[in-house]
Parts: sequence; C-alpha cells; structure tokens
Amino acid sequence: MIKVENLVKTFGPKRAVDGVSFSVERGEVLGFLGPNGAGKSTSMRMITGFIPPTEGKVFVGGYDMVENPIPAKRMIGYLPENAPAYTDMTVNGFLNFAAELRGLRGEDRKKAVNRVVEMCFLEGVIHQSVDTLSKGYRHRTCFAQSIIHDPDILVLDEPTDGLDPNQKHEVRNLIRRMGEKKAIIFSTHILEEVEAVCSRAIIIDRGKIVANGTPEELKQRSDYAGAVSVRVLGVPGETVRQRLGAIPLARKAAIVREAPEYVHARVYPQGNQRNGELARSIAEVSLKEGWKIEELHTEEGRLDEVFRAITLPDTVKENNR
Amino acid sequence: MNSAVANVRTIAKRELGGYFASPVAYVFIVIFLLLCGFFTFMLGGFFERREASLVSFFLWHPWLYLFLVPAAGMRLWSEERRLGTMELLLTMPITAWQAIVGKFLASWLFLALALALTFPVVMTVNYLGDADNGVIFCGYIGSLLLAGAYLAVSCLTSAMTRNQVISFIISVVICLFLILAGWPPVTNLLVRWAPEWLVSGVVAFSVIPHFDGFQRGVLDSRDLIFFLSIIGFSLFATGVIIRNLRSGH
Ligand SMILES: Nc1ncnc2c1ncn2[C@@H]1O[C@H](COP(=O)(O)OP(=O)(O)O)[C@@H](O)[C@H]1O
Ligand SMILES: [Mg+2]
Repeated sequence: MIKVENLVKTFGPKRAVDGVSFSVERGEVLGFLGPNGAGKSTSMRMITGFIPPTEGKVFVGGYDMVENPIPAKRMIGYLPENAPAYTDMTVNGFLNFAAELRGLRGEDRKKAVNRVVEMCFLEGVIHQSVDTLSKGYRHRTCFAQSIIHDPDILVLDEPTDGLDPNQKHEVRNLIRRMGEKKAIIFSTHILEEVEAVCSRAIIIDRGKIVANGTPEELKQRSDYAGAVSVRVLGVPGETVRQRLGAIPLARKAAIVREAPEYVHARVYPQGNQRNGELARSIAEVSLKEGWKIEELHTEEGRLDEVFRAITLPDTVKENNR
Repeated sequence: MNSAVANVRTIAKRELGGYFASPVAYVFIVIFLLLCGFFTFMLGGFFERREASLVSFFLWHPWLYLFLVPAAGMRLWSEERRLGTMELLLTMPITAWQAIVGKFLASWLFLALALALTFPVVMTVNYLGDADNGVIFCGYIGSLLLAGAYLAVSCLTSAMTRNQVISFIISVVICLFLILAGWPPVTNLLVRWAPEWLVSGVVAFSVIPHFDGFQRGVLDSRDLIFFLSIIGFSLFATGVIIRNLRSGH
C-alpha cells in the first residue's frame, strides 16, 4: 500500500533523510524507531505529501505522491507530530471540518463524526473548545481526525506522546486492532510500544535505515539474546561465575549483582544458540553443586539494548570528532 | 471542479467561523465603524460640504484600511504555521490553491460585512439630499477592491512568518507604499534622481488614482484590473512562499 523508494530530503547541507526505502502492506503495522532528529517526522511528512522529497519516490496505493497527490492523500489518515488542531474551534467543529474536507457530507458526515468520537472517547469534550483541552484530549482529537474517513493507510507521528499510561494503552490497542485491516506506519521512541503493537520495525538513525525486521528478529541481535539469567542463594559470586563459565556451552559468565543473600549471574551462550540447552546445563550443574536456585530463565534479548547498540556508538563518535 | 468549490467553501467557512469564535471580530467591526464615523463627520467635514455625497466617507478609507486590514489578515497563515495546522490542512486531499483562495475569500467576506454595516451613512445622505446612488455604489465597489488588495498583501506577509506582529508590520509598510507611491511629495522626491521609467513604474503601483476613479463614479476596467492583479499577484506569491516553506528552502 505504501512504497517508498530511496527517499532523500536535504535541508541546506544537512541530509535529514538519506536514502530510505521500504514498503508496508495491508495488515501490517510498521514501527518507525529512531533517536530524536533521526528523520522520522521528515520521512512521514514526505509520505503524507506535506513536503516534497529532494530525491526518491513515494507511492501510496499505487499513486505517486508528487505527480498525483489528491488521490494519494485521500487514502491516508495522518496524525502529525504534536497533534496540531485549530484552537479556535470546538472538538465537534474541528471533526466536522476534517470530515468535510474528506468529502463526507450530510448523514455520512454525522455518522463518521459519531464513530470517531466514540472510538477515541471524546464524548465528554465534544462541545469544548480545542484550546481548553488537556494534552491527552487534544491528542485524541487530532487522532480522531486522522481516522474520520476510515482510511486504508494511517501515518501516525508519535501517537502516544504526552498520554498517560491508560491512554497509551487504549491508543496501542486501537492501533493494533486497526492494523488488521489497514497499513499503518507509526513512529515512536518508546520501545515497549514496538513490541506491543508492531508487526515489523525499522530503526532509523541520522536519516538512514540501520535495522529492519520483526521485533523478535531485532531482539535476536541483542547481546542478551539467548543468555541465561540465574539467581542463586547463599553461594559466593566468584564461585558461581567460575563454575558456570566452565560449562562447555557457555561463552562466559558474568555477575550482574551480588547481594548478601543471593547472586544474580548471566551466562552467555557460545555462538547464537538459544534453544534452552544452556539453561538445562546450568540446572544440572546447580543440582550437582547443591545450589539453591531462586530464578532461572533464558533471555529473549532486549530491544532497548539493540537500539542503543545500533544508534549510540556513532553518535558518540560524532561528538568526539 | 465541484469538489474544488466545495473545498474552498469548507475552508472559507472555517476561517470565517474563526473570526467570530473570538471577540476579535466584534471589536474589529466596532472600531471600524467608529473610525469611519469619526473620519467622515469630524475630519471629512461631511456636513460642511453641504452636498449629498459620500466623498468625505470614502476619502479616508485608504488610511483606515492601512491598519485595519493587516490586523484582520495577519493571522491567516502565520497562525496556521504557529499551530502546526498547516501540516494538517495541506495533507488533506485539497490543493494549496484551494486553501489560499478559501482563506482569502473568508477574510474578504468579513471585511465586506464590516463595510456593509456602514449602510446608515448611505441612508443619511439619501435622507439629507438627492444623492447619486450609482456613484455611491461605485464607491463601495472601489472600497471593497481596495480592502481586497490590502488583504491579499497581508495574506502574503502572513505566510512569510509565524509571528503575527511581524506579519502586521510588514504588511502595513507595503500597503503604505501602495498609498504613497503616487503621492506628489514622494514622486517629487523620486523625480530628482531617479530615471523616468522608475518614477512612472513606482507611480503605477499607487492605489490612489485607481481608487479615486471609483469615487468619481467611473467604473473603469483598468482600475478593476489593477486591483484584481494586485490580489492575483499577492495570492500567487503566497502560493510560492508556501511551496518554498514546504520544500524547506
Ligand atoms: N524544516 C526544516 N529545516 C531544517 N532542518 C530541518 C527541518 N525539519 C527537520 N529538520 C532537521 O532534520 C532532522 C530530522 O528531523 P525530524 O525528522 O524531525 O527527526 P525526528 O522526527 O526523527 O525526531 C533534524 O536534525 C532536524 O533538525
Ligand atoms: Mg519527530
């Protein structure tokens, strides 16, 4: 539904987006990850036709966004960053305005407004002026605007930014539910969100895609992926480290935390295996040694760690230059 | 085509609603009417003239509009930029032209409404004497076109910045130039050193001779074209500025 080819955007000498290509099909929720200033919003502005690309192409439902913007824009619902809305309108007026620009008239318009008001829990503020809304409500008002025409494609720039935990949860559920029938791109820098909602994630750093895969695939890249975390009671840390490090399947063992009553160690596997064999060997060793085990599990890998590993070193390099 | 008209209307309706959603519209209209009355009756010597015409009423419009029209137009695009709603508006399935024209027409309509509320002065001259309503009508057309020209300039300056005050000041300066360009003290100043073509070029920009044409009751197509081309040019330039903003230059 969305196809982006070698997208480039330069602002003066700066390449804010630098050769980004990907595609999103119906039924997919694509998470757009990246540190601040990575070029997420700029990419989304090009996809939604707000700014023209310096180079490259955007196809939306087969229409070229530059050559044929009107039919392309019809298919998209867009929630810009910071959820802008006309402050001099009421929520109702604003949603009706959006519906009219989307070509909805009369009864259809009323139905559409009622539908999104219900979906986004706006009943209580419908006649309130936008500038008196709390941030969460204003965000949801703008979100409601983006789905008013039930678009096939949704582009959401930080849709959970500024919401409280309950609202975040609601919005995530909404995105996941809508993602079954639509193609959705949303940007975020909250990593749990990616695991909770996305079927695929792209990590972008300084304008370039640095990783692209399902959240599980990305987690595999983590150092922790396949490592076994173990908590042992009443044994000195050094003993635990040496004994577990000597297991043939283990590459090394490290102490995470040594408290008076317990030791928390992490054992890294040889190679990239994560089939649970390492955990079984550790259980056998503990049994033989007579250790009291409080906790034992194989780690899946952590997205935040992958994220940092991919996006941080270069930033540090840049700063040191 | 139909949808273009519908889009322009939707945008204009919203913009007009925006004026009346705050007290600004009412304050504006009251100030406009008060100043109109003040200029006409106190400075213009409406009664002293002892003639049933609105010369003293229209005489001051170029100066009155100089501040009031930029005040009405300064928010058009700068507010859109400040709130970030421009991104919302221009990613809707509409063209930038529809948005520019819709917003302009809404403000123009608002000014037309304020102007229409001066109707008591027309009734007064008709009551006092035998007024030539053709000339008066013509005067109103001229005044409306003048307001439209200033407004288009304000529209242009409001697209240049997200700061309404700056937008206001720049547009007052440009409008002042449009008034003064044909004013003898200014042209005399120019004549001393500027080449002939530059002087006549500057004078050609002056709104006053064209405005005066309407006040004499002459509907000259050249005057009409003059105002319409200022409007057209300014709106076109607004479109160029918005396009440049979007491409990030
Ligand atoms: N209109 C603009 N003019 C100049 N630079 C810009 C403009 N918009 C964005 N940038 C720059 O482009 C880079 C990417 O910005 P953005 O896409 O907003 O990042 P993100 O949304 O990932 O935080 C930033 O360094 C930003 O300063
Ligand atoms: Mg951003």
